[in-house]
Amino acid sequence: MFQIQVSTSINGDDTEFSCEADETLLDVLRDRLGMTGSKEGCGTGDCGACSVIVDGRLVCSCLMLGAEAQDREIETIEGMADGTELHPLQQKFLDHAALQCGVCTPGFLIAAKSLLERNDDPTEEEVRYWLAGNLCRCTGYDKIVRAVLDTAKDMRKPAKTTKAVAKKRVKA
Amino acid sequence: MQYHAPATIKDAVKLLASSKGSTQILAGGTDLLVRMRSGFSEPETIIDIKRIPPMCKIARDGKGFSIGAAVSSAEMSENAALAKAWPGVVESAALIGSTQVQGRATIAGNLCNASPAADSVPAMVAASAKALIRGPKGKRKVAVEKICKSPGKTILKKGELIEAILLPAKPARTGDAYLRFIPRTEMDIAVVGAGVCVTLDAKGVCTAARVSLGAVAPTVLLVASAAKALIGTRIDDAALDALAAACSAAARPIDDKRGTKEFRIHVAGVLARRAAIIARDRALGKS
Amino acid sequence: MNFQPGKDTLKRKFKTVGTRTPRPDGLDKITGRARFGADMTAPGMLWGLILRSPHAHARIKNIDTSKAEAVNGVHAIVTADDFGPCPDDVLDIRENIMAREKALYDGHAVAAVAATSRAAARQALKLIKVDYEVLPHVTDVDEAMKPSAPVINNKLFTKGLDKTPRKPSNVAERFEFGHGDVESGFKQADLVIEHTFKTEATHQGYIEPHACLASMGADGVGDIWCCTQGHFMVRQVCSALLGMDASALRVTASEIGGGFGGKTTVFIEPVALALSLKANRPVKVVMSRSEVLRASGPTSSTSIDVKIGMKKDGTITAGDATLRYQGGAFPGSAVPYGAMAAFACYDLKAVRAVGYDVIANRPKQAAYRAPGAPMAAYAVESVVDELCKELNLDPLDVRLKNASSDGSKASYGPNFDVIGLRATLEAAKAHPHYKARLGPNQGRGVACGFWFNFGGETSVSLNVSADGTIGLSVGTPDIGGSRASIGNMAAEELGISHDKVRCIIADTASLGYNDVTDGSRVTFASGLAAINAARDAIGKMCERAAGIWGIPVEAVTWEDGAARPSSPNAGKHEPLTLADIAAQAGATGGPISGHCEINAEGAGVSFATHMVDTEVDPDTGYVKILRYTVFQDAGKAVHPSYVEGQFQGGAVQGIGWALNEEYIYGKDGTLQNAGFLDYRIPVASDLPMIDAVIIEVPNPGHPYGVRGVGETSIVPPLAAISNSVSGAAGVRMTQLPMSPPKVLKALGRI
Repeated sequence: MFQIQVSTSINGDDTEFSCEADETLLDVLRDRLGMTGSKEGCGTGDCGACSVIVDGRLVCSCLMLGAEAQDREIETIEGMADGTELHPLQQKFLDHAALQCGVCTPGFLIAAKSLLERNDDPTEEEVRYWLAGNLCRCTGYDKIVRAVLDTAKDMRKPAKTTKAVAKKRVKA
Repeated sequence: MQYHAPATIKDAVKLLASSKGSTQILAGGTDLLVRMRSGFSEPETIIDIKRIPPMCKIARDGKGFSIGAAVSSAEMSENAALAKAWPGVVESAALIGSTQVQGRATIAGNLCNASPAADSVPAMVAASAKALIRGPKGKRKVAVEKICKSPGKTILKKGELIEAILLPAKPARTGDAYLRFIPRTEMDIAVVGAGVCVTLDAKGVCTAARVSLGAVAPTVLLVASAAKALIGTRIDDAALDALAAACSAAARPIDDKRGTKEFRIHVAGVLARRAAIIARDRALGKS
Repeated sequence: MNFQPGKDTLKRKFKTVGTRTPRPDGLDKITGRARFGADMTAPGMLWGLILRSPHAHARIKNIDTSKAEAVNGVHAIVTADDFGPCPDDVLDIRENIMAREKALYDGHAVAAVAATSRAAARQALKLIKVDYEVLPHVTDVDEAMKPSAPVINNKLFTKGLDKTPRKPSNVAERFEFGHGDVESGFKQADLVIEHTFKTEATHQGYIEPHACLASMGADGVGDIWCCTQGHFMVRQVCSALLGMDASALRVTASEIGGGFGGKTTVFIEPVALALSLKANRPVKVVMSRSEVLRASGPTSSTSIDVKIGMKKDGTITAGDATLRYQGGAFPGSAVPYGAMAAFACYDLKAVRAVGYDVIANRPKQAAYRAPGAPMAAYAVESVVDELCKELNLDPLDVRLKNASSDGSKASYGPNFDVIGLRATLEAAKAHPHYKARLGPNQGRGVACGFWFNFGGETSVSLNVSADGTIGLSVGTPDIGGSRASIGNMAAEELGISHDKVRCIIADTASLGYNDVTDGSRVTFASGLAAINAARDAIGKMCERAAGIWGIPVEAVTWEDGAARPSSPNAGKHEPLTLADIAAQAGATGGPISGHCEINAEGAGVSFATHMVDTEVDPDTGYVKILRYTVFQDAGKAVHPSYVEGQFQGGAVQGIGWALNEEYIYGKDGTLQNAGFLDYRIPVASDLPMIDAVIIEVPNPGHPYGVRGVGETSIVPPLAAISNSVSGAAGVRMTQLPMSPPKVLKALGRI
């Protein structure tokens, strides 16, 4: 099989890789780029542990071919914090003990980030339905939902726009 | 495996017509990649249509809406005019999978995957949607209910692909709705799906109706007897009872790991009734 | 120096324990930096894939690997022939990880390949020719017990009967527990109700599939990186299976993405090691989700008869249960635990529980959070609920009336020590949830549950750095946040700030033996050992202080993180903080460490009461969970957030088990729903918030009163939900899961 050359942008960094035609974006992230933050829980789009954001859209990276990443902008968990400054969601997950084993956490954080970028005042029900594609077996979702709602509340407070939320990466 | 991302529909058709071995169209990939992973599909060629600009657009004119085959469910939900005109169709697409899946899945792909339980298909059928097919010989339009011939198989010929799904301009006092039954609240394949579209006259009497059921037969059902039960009525309880009975009678489901025969037959009637109420209320301008 | 239950008093005033400190592994997990089982690589690494039987039961006549070996990139292929003689106690595991004469279940491993890419490995797997002779199979527990059932193992003769049978069968063993005269007890009852219940197998459903990276050298020394609940167990079993010395194999536990008991054994690790040995290169094996469901360790499916007699005043006069559990193709289901736990919440004069351990053509079961108990509790609590409804008695009052209490004789034999069941029932009764109004088609159910909790072999090493900070090495993988709690207990004991203690999970070469993380034992046992190790270190630091001050060591006491003279008679000496002493360690005798190696005893049992409101859609049979409250005794909640988390997680797993999760087998004995699409675990939109009420009745067996909490929380939900549905819809669901078709059928609508 000939390998395909792909150039894309991941967390603001220009990135080149080559991959087989049938490799998924998740395979590429984990096995070719060493970015193991996105996890494979099922490989069939049923668990959300591989969630990434592509051109602003929340998707499962296991349901996307690596080849499809050409010229896209991809955001993964590795880029969620701004250096050492955590995204508010990350901090709230810690504060609320919204993780136990932590394997589903990257997927949830990316998914919740995507939600709050679109809706800064979701109801509990909206949070739960948005996150229905992210499976957690440890927490029963209670503390996760609380963390997301609490983050939204904080983010709505005036004059407290955190850098991490509004960040836009400059393309080289 | 070869991967192609043509920039025009013409190129896509050319590739499709000339490719040797099994060829698959890649739109959202939410069915195809799953089938590839399980070994169910081993395409030698994949044609990604997402780099073809017209395929990625929702267009609107006097004749209705044209939803490009690469338009995702999420994009459909974000199109205010479409969501207002055909909420049943938009909601049905918004039920497919999860938020992540909706970010990629397309209704054209949902249709071509030809699963008996496809969520967007009964809603499309109820809304009188047509598939705009492009092939080596040119274009043709086919009613959505005629596209699937059996589970996993469509009537598309070699070299043909769906370019867009066409929805008619919505007549006045028309409402559509789609409901499905699943054991959880999200994520499941429909155990039963019911799409209803009704048009009322100025007095609130139903003058036209289409009732479609999914997951209760090898392909989607357009239940004429159920529509008949609504036409000429105000879609009151008696009409709804008749509708439910007609749907249960028309359903010919199987027992499988997602539901039993009896359950599907019963729930087909329950859901059709509930969907008809929503469609009626939408037609009446209530919501 | 070590804590002695009964002799040492429990500490009651805490500075760190009981507070919600940040967890040490938190930053890594929210940034994606934490390394789980599949996140490790090694130079020269090969990918390993496993070929699995498509048949539920088949004789393996021949395996031809010649074409597969010729695939470019393939460096090793292993089959059962690569696993030689081994000790008796791992014979079943050896057969489970790689089929020998027969494939015993759909998914049973028959061969494995290591190659330079997954694509090459996949291609090679396709070219391995296995010649199967398909045999009749049986997957249902009741069918497997029939005399007409195909016998899976013709050397299996039922143990535990008065007379060993002459013919082999699928019944491995019979167990019996109880005391008193049940027949006479039933005669005293005003009402006797009996039912048969059936539950289907479920899976722990951890989001992280099994994954490992094994590396064997030509010198017979090896390393394994894997996600596991017990890396010492992995070392023990893998070295035994490969004929290695235990010390030649070092196992490092990665972060683990869920276990719940399913990772307390091995599936792919010995295979990866054997591939690595043959290929002379590191080999990474990761299970797909489908493999996890088909070929790791789900729970038993069960068939349970329960008969209970009650007087009009609510006194239970007798309880009798027969439990039939199939544990997959090998003996060892959790039926003895189920039989022991079935009536544990009740103080009964006459009680009997008989259990049958049965084999079937299914994967070998593994523990799932309180193994055996949820099904037993479902059956018993359902019958108690029905008796209450028939006799028009309040279900909490009846349970209070008959509740096990301090000193009462458990249904499984011993006398309970100090326990918290009553406290959970009283809290439930007083809670606003119990009085909340219910609407149409809504019902409320309550149920109680119990788990034994274990102690077990535990080794901890506490090392004092020159700057006075503490490195705490434990050997029990952290599956729920235990590092935070254990570190906090050490900090509490030493009297220093929690952020001066770093708790890590050390590898098998760096620490004494540790039993697996199971039995809700880690916070209790590793915590107890950490406290003892801290005391050991404190003793040594007091000796150093005594030396520095020139006073006898008996005159030195430790308080608030410093050595102090114990009385004015000892002289005027400024306190020496831990940091002060640490700085002088080299000059006063050398490095300072504290140790504890114990077989921890004194684990306290944990009881719970769950309360749930449901709404049943009478037209579709859909059950909606409206409100859920957990009342559970934690003894002492070291880190309340993680205790709540255990309550909530266990309750939600129980919700899934009650409503939608089940193993679905086809007529051909193959698993039909080997994925998260059709193996339906709860999603966020299915659920409300889960209220967690922590009850604290301190366990006299632990210095801080800690009880394990991880398992009890999955025991009551099945019954609580069934009882709630009974209240909402007026039907008694005797089969799990209570999926909509079953509910609708019970309602008579189809």
